[in-house]
Amino acid sequence: MAAHLKKRVYEEFTKVVQENDPSVRLKIASLLGLLSKTAGFSPDCIMDDAINILQNEKSHQVLAQLLDTLLAIGTKLPENQAIQNRLVDVACKHLTDTSHGVRNKCLQLLGNLGSLEKSVTKDGEGLAVRDVQKIIGDYFSDQDPRVRTAAIKAMLQLHERGLKLHQTIYNQACKLLSDDYEQVRSAAVQLIWVVSQLYPESIVPIPSSNEEIRLVDDAFGKICHMVSDGSWVVRVQAAKLLGSMEQVSSHFLEQTLDKKLMSDLRRKRTAHERAKELYSSGEFSSGRKWGDDAPKEEIDTGAVNLIESGACGAFVHGLEDEMYEVRIAAVEALCMLAQSSPSFAEKCLDFLVDMFNDEIEEVRLQSIHTMRKISNNITLREDQLDTVLAVLEDSSRDIREALHELLCCTNVSTKEGIHLALVELLKNLTKYPTDRDSIWKCLKFLGSRHPTLVLPLVPELLSTHPFFDTAEPDMDDPAYIAVLVLIFNAAKTCPTMPALFSDHTFRHYAYLRDSLSHLVPALRLPGRKLVSSTLSANITPHEDPSHQFLQQSLERVYSLQHLDPQGAQELLELTIRDLQRLGELQSELAGVADFSATYLRCQLLLIKALQEKLWNVAAPLYLKQSDLASAAAKQIMEETYKMEFMYSGVENKQVVIIHHMRLQAKALQLIVTARTTRGVDPLFGMCEKFLQEVDFFQRCFIADLPHLQDSFVDKLLDLMPRLMTSKPVEVVKIVQTMLRQSTFLHLPLPEQIHKASATIIEPAGESDNPLRFTSGLVVALDVDATLEHVQDPQNTVKVQVLYPDGQAQMIHPKPADFRNPGPGRHRLITQVYLSHTAWTEPCQVEVRLLLAYNSNSRLPKSPWVEGGEVSPQVETSVIEGTIPFSKSVKVYIMPKPARR
Amino acid sequence: MPEIRVTPLGAGQDVGRSCILVSIGGKNVMLDCGMHMGFNDDRRFPDFSYITRNGRLTDFLDCVIISHFHLDHCGALPYFSEMVGYDGPIYMTHPTQAICPILLEDYRKIAVDKKGEANFFTSQMIKDCMKKVVAVHLHQTVQVDDELEIKAYYAGHVLGAAMFQIKVGSESVVYTGDYNMTPDRHLGAAWIDKCRPNLLITESTYATTIRDSKRCRERDFLKKVHEAVERGGKVLIPVFALGRAQELCILLETFWERMNLKAPIYFSTGLTEKANHYYKLFITWTNQKIRKTFVQRNMFEFKHIKAFDRAFADNPGPMVVFATPGMLHAGQSLQIFRKWAGNEKNMVIMPGYCVQGTVGHKILSGQRKLEMEGRQVLEVKMQVEYMSFSAHADAKGIMQLVGQAEPENVLLVHGEAKKMEFLKQKIEQEFRLLPDAKKPRLLHGTLIMKDSNFRLVSSEQALKELGLAEHQLRFTCRVHLHDPRKEQETALRVYSHLKSVLKDHCVQHLPDGSVTVESILIQAAAHSEDPGTKVLLVSWTYQDEELGSYLTSLLKKGLPQGAT
Repeated sequence: MAAHLKKRVYEEFTKVVQENDPSVRLKIASLLGLLSKTAGFSPDCIMDDAINILQNEKSHQVLAQLLDTLLAIGTKLPENQAIQNRLVDVACKHLTDTSHGVRNKCLQLLGNLGSLEKSVTKDGEGLAVRDVQKIIGDYFSDQDPRVRTAAIKAMLQLHERGLKLHQTIYNQACKLLSDDYEQVRSAAVQLIWVVSQLYPESIVPIPSSNEEIRLVDDAFGKICHMVSDGSWVVRVQAAKLLGSMEQVSSHFLEQTLDKKLMSDLRRKRTAHERAKELYSSGEFSSGRKWGDDAPKEEIDTGAVNLIESGACGAFVHGLEDEMYEVRIAAVEALCMLAQSSPSFAEKCLDFLVDMFNDEIEEVRLQSIHTMRKISNNITLREDQLDTVLAVLEDSSRDIREALHELLCCTNVSTKEGIHLALVELLKNLTKYPTDRDSIWKCLKFLGSRHPTLVLPLVPELLSTHPFFDTAEPDMDDPAYIAVLVLIFNAAKTCPTMPALFSDHTFRHYAYLRDSLSHLVPALRLPGRKLVSSTLSANITPHEDPSHQFLQQSLERVYSLQHLDPQGAQELLELTIRDLQRLGELQSELAGVADFSATYLRCQLLLIKALQEKLWNVAAPLYLKQSDLASAAAKQIMEETYKMEFMYSGVENKQVVIIHHMRLQAKALQLIVTARTTRGVDPLFGMCEKFLQEVDFFQRCFIADLPHLQDSFVDKLLDLMPRLMTSKPVEVVKIVQTMLRQSTFLHLPLPEQIHKASATIIEPAGESDNPLRFTSGLVVALDVDATLEHVQDPQNTVKVQVLYPDGQAQMIHPKPADFRNPGPGRHRLITQVYLSHTAWTEPCQVEVRLLLAYNSNSRLPKSPWVEGGEVSPQVETSVIEGTIPFSKSVKVYIMPKPARR
Repeated sequence: MPEIRVTPLGAGQDVGRSCILVSIGGKNVMLDCGMHMGFNDDRRFPDFSYITRNGRLTDFLDCVIISHFHLDHCGALPYFSEMVGYDGPIYMTHPTQAICPILLEDYRKIAVDKKGEANFFTSQMIKDCMKKVVAVHLHQTVQVDDELEIKAYYAGHVLGAAMFQIKVGSESVVYTGDYNMTPDRHLGAAWIDKCRPNLLITESTYATTIRDSKRCRERDFLKKVHEAVERGGKVLIPVFALGRAQELCILLETFWERMNLKAPIYFSTGLTEKANHYYKLFITWTNQKIRKTFVQRNMFEFKHIKAFDRAFADNPGPMVVFATPGMLHAGQSLQIFRKWAGNEKNMVIMPGYCVQGTVGHKILSGQRKLEMEGRQVLEVKMQVEYMSFSAHADAKGIMQLVGQAEPENVLLVHGEAKKMEFLKQKIEQEFRLLPDAKKPRLLHGTLIMKDSNFRLVSSEQALKELGLAEHQLRFTCRVHLHDPRKEQETALRVYSHLKSVLKDHCVQHLPDGSVTVESILIQAAAHSEDPGTKVLLVSWTYQDEELGSYLTSLLKKGLPQGAT
């Protein structure tokens, strides 16, 4: 915006600066800060004035605000070293102020602008080289806790800006750990963590002894100690940070799980140790013996250390903390540490299993997820499995499904374990029949992971008998299907298993292979041919040829330029067909193939539209053809939105190409409408809008413009100044010629790309019984859907209900309705409220999922928004359009007239 | 410095009849007023005659503070206030005030109705006693009188348990009562701010124990109960009506619900319903989970736990019974125990601490044959299990609390002498170097009183403001030195000597023959009578007093002979 206007505003401000009322001066100072944040305003001009005002100002509040303004100015001019130094000088001068607010701001300024070491040496103009760290460090012992906090925060800010903190800070920070105020301790914990990451290997002495340890170990011990701090905010902070200290030595790490129990000064074994011993001695199922927790050997009183033992039992404390926030943080930390250390994973297993019985559901859920993440490193003992499986009876669906996921990737050590798991899962199935799909899937993985353990169980599971034929089980029984899923998946890698099957088992296999093909694998059965499965089995190992094929087909399209229009169209059509077929055959490449095919289809539509004869003839004569062209434009727009928002893993270089294609479509639309509408006035607005779009494109993708040599937009931007001034008719003419000359841009293939998809599991749409409810009231419809590869589903996924009268209703599910069972997958379990006026007979409504998008979210946000005047949430939640991405499901409903 | 005097009338180095007298800043406060479970004679109550032989107690005590409702902390209260006679205020928290009379009444019933004791307090006395109670909120500072103030902190342990800070002037004492540093199924953990009291009186029941995580304890407990019930046995869990009982109830209730078990759980009636009612009411005193979910469902509304009738004890089949009292020394729990003790399928789980002399303590220490009243011998065949569910802080917890409060001194009570010795050692060892932020510090400045305003400013500024010139105060001192040489040479010797000794200070030899050290002036002159002696005139300002006196003492020792 006009900079001179801002200047004018600023002048007005300075006039009122002489204002007597400090609150007015305060507001002016804050406005100056906001002003200097706005784009296009060069704040260096007001800096001198601000500093001058600062020197004469008496009110502490105004001083603090002015310093804030200076901070805004300084951050706006990161390149200007002289200004930065000057500001730092000002800040240092005011550090001795008596008000904590002013000192706070000074420290903040130092943290944000304090020069980095390199530039200080480069400067060297006789200026006393300030050691910013020293200055800030001096305020670690300020009398005001807020200033101490600000000092630590400033230090952390320096670190974030890339300044290497001195190791001497470590000792200062350690002292602050015993500060009286929680915010100081909380910040100090962070600082210690930062230093420990910077100097993990340096050696620090242990006070009161001659030993020395690595700094990271020392810091780890100190942070562990903070897990039993008095304030839960600090405890959460400490527990969180523990998770990211991976360099810590293993014996320190393992101490965190050992509380060193004792009873009357005699060493005691923990329940975990006892359980393990019982198990290894083979006495697992026997009753408990009297007094096996009796304390053992005496402990030397001198050797017991009650608090300074640092890491000892930190996680034991954290996991049984009063606040669930701390417990969750501890579980997360445990997860991160276990992922990096398999031996630790093995040890923390007992504790995680114990967390399955936590009283808060979130904690239970988190610990189940954690366990799943580390399941590669561990094998469950039978007694642990027992505890894990007990949770299957939990009444919460999330917990059960998370547990199923966990069982999918668990290693079980014995056949009894498998049997136990199966029995519990079947119990779960009878108790909660809705878990059917999840349980089957779970058994599929359980079977394929443990074929040798399943083998001895087969006769029992199928209840076959060596001499007698047994009754054929009911094929529709979900429990029986569950057993079969387990067995068939185990049989895949265990060729001896089918010999144990009875006749009806083979029949059931054939049936299930067809009806539940995603759960039942193809088996090599004796005497039977492998139906159709040979094909897919042979293809999978050779992945490369199909990838090559994809590459080749796309390369073929690159020669599009040199072909005549007819040939180009044919080539495109052919390639699109190839790609579509490839996507159907190869699920791994489906994303890429679909993505490329969509792009090529856009190009094809564009070429077709431009080939119309209408361009050569006077406008009014070809209304019909222009219909076709405008339809093409509309379709291209739709397709580009799909490309941009329905695929996950789309990078910026693809987004540019997509936007470019959309711009072309918009140009096409402009030309077509220009030809069909009469009068100049509407055209004027349209041209304006189009030019705005071009401008927007330029602003968004300014960095990528060099890659767009010779493209439509490149040429357009060259002519931009001319276009701005010319008449609409001319604009249309220019745009038209350029669109016809535009070249085809290659779409670079992204690394990983997946198309978003959704399947509605419930409602299944099979019911013949209509949902009856009184008109005017609402009925709740349970919707359960799985979403694949959807980014940020909380904000984008909506449910749409279409009533037979054409009325459409869009429902925004609550963020809590989305669960994240695995990477790239989401699950939506929500309730949709339906309501309508009375109908005479039942009819179907359609339910489907939509993906909402908003292309403006790419716009860089204005600083005014950051200032907190408009919450950013409001802006992004505006929906520009929606893309349906699931099959619609029909639900039979019947609103009855209200009874009198 | 006024002294703080502490006299334990009970629970000094044992557990039971907690009663501690504290004299602080001229105020006398009695902390807790409990009874002892192990005795049935006069020894069960503290000896109040120690306080005064014939005067009224009200004249000697400024207030009484009850930390929580367990009888070993409040059991002697009616006896003390009504029979011995005390009319002053009694402070306790709201839940304690509500639940305390129920327990006292129960205790009275057992003592009077069952054992037929005479000369015991009556129901009316309990009521009268409770009228003297003043209820306090957490973190509320209560002014007992102009000087004495008390403040309650959350202590976990049981519903309404509190730690109290007693403060007179700048002196303060914190009495913890019983507390728990690990949260459980229904209560949170004790918490105190860094109040830095002069004295922390803490319980030390588990001074030598570090406990396993509560999750293992809970799982063990559930496993034991579950196994016994599946065997068809009966499980007796002796509990005190309030406290552990509610925790275990919540634990069993949720377990029963999750595992869909059918065996009945009973809770001996009487107290329970009333007490559970209070648990439902005082939600703010419970833990995070119960506080957050009580809107949907109050955790204390049990579905599986029913009231117990005496006749049920003979019912066939498995069952779980919670019965009072917790140490098997009397009442219903003892009756049921006698009925079930003979069957090895049955089980008794002692969930807490048992005082010496009770049946509970005997069976836990492995005694299998018990002598009951009337010379009967009871053979114990049932399984005896011990579960440390007692909600006292363990050694680590005590240390944690000491660390949180940062007291100057710690007094251990409510525990065994030998165990305290160990903890004492540990506290001394690990808190030797406590930072003392409240220590008085020296400050140079001037207090200006003007227009009924006080201001503390630096002395220079004060001088400037008041237009006064600084008054110089100089000390001078003569030092006789035996030195036959000339004055100049003496001065030179002094200079080189000081130069070598005072390396950190600026020592100068001025052209007029005098020596300066910082601002201290030293001049050498010949003695008027004895030329062999030189007189050193040392002069310094008041501000340099320290250096000046050091210098004179240095010079008085004489100069080293070798120096020239």
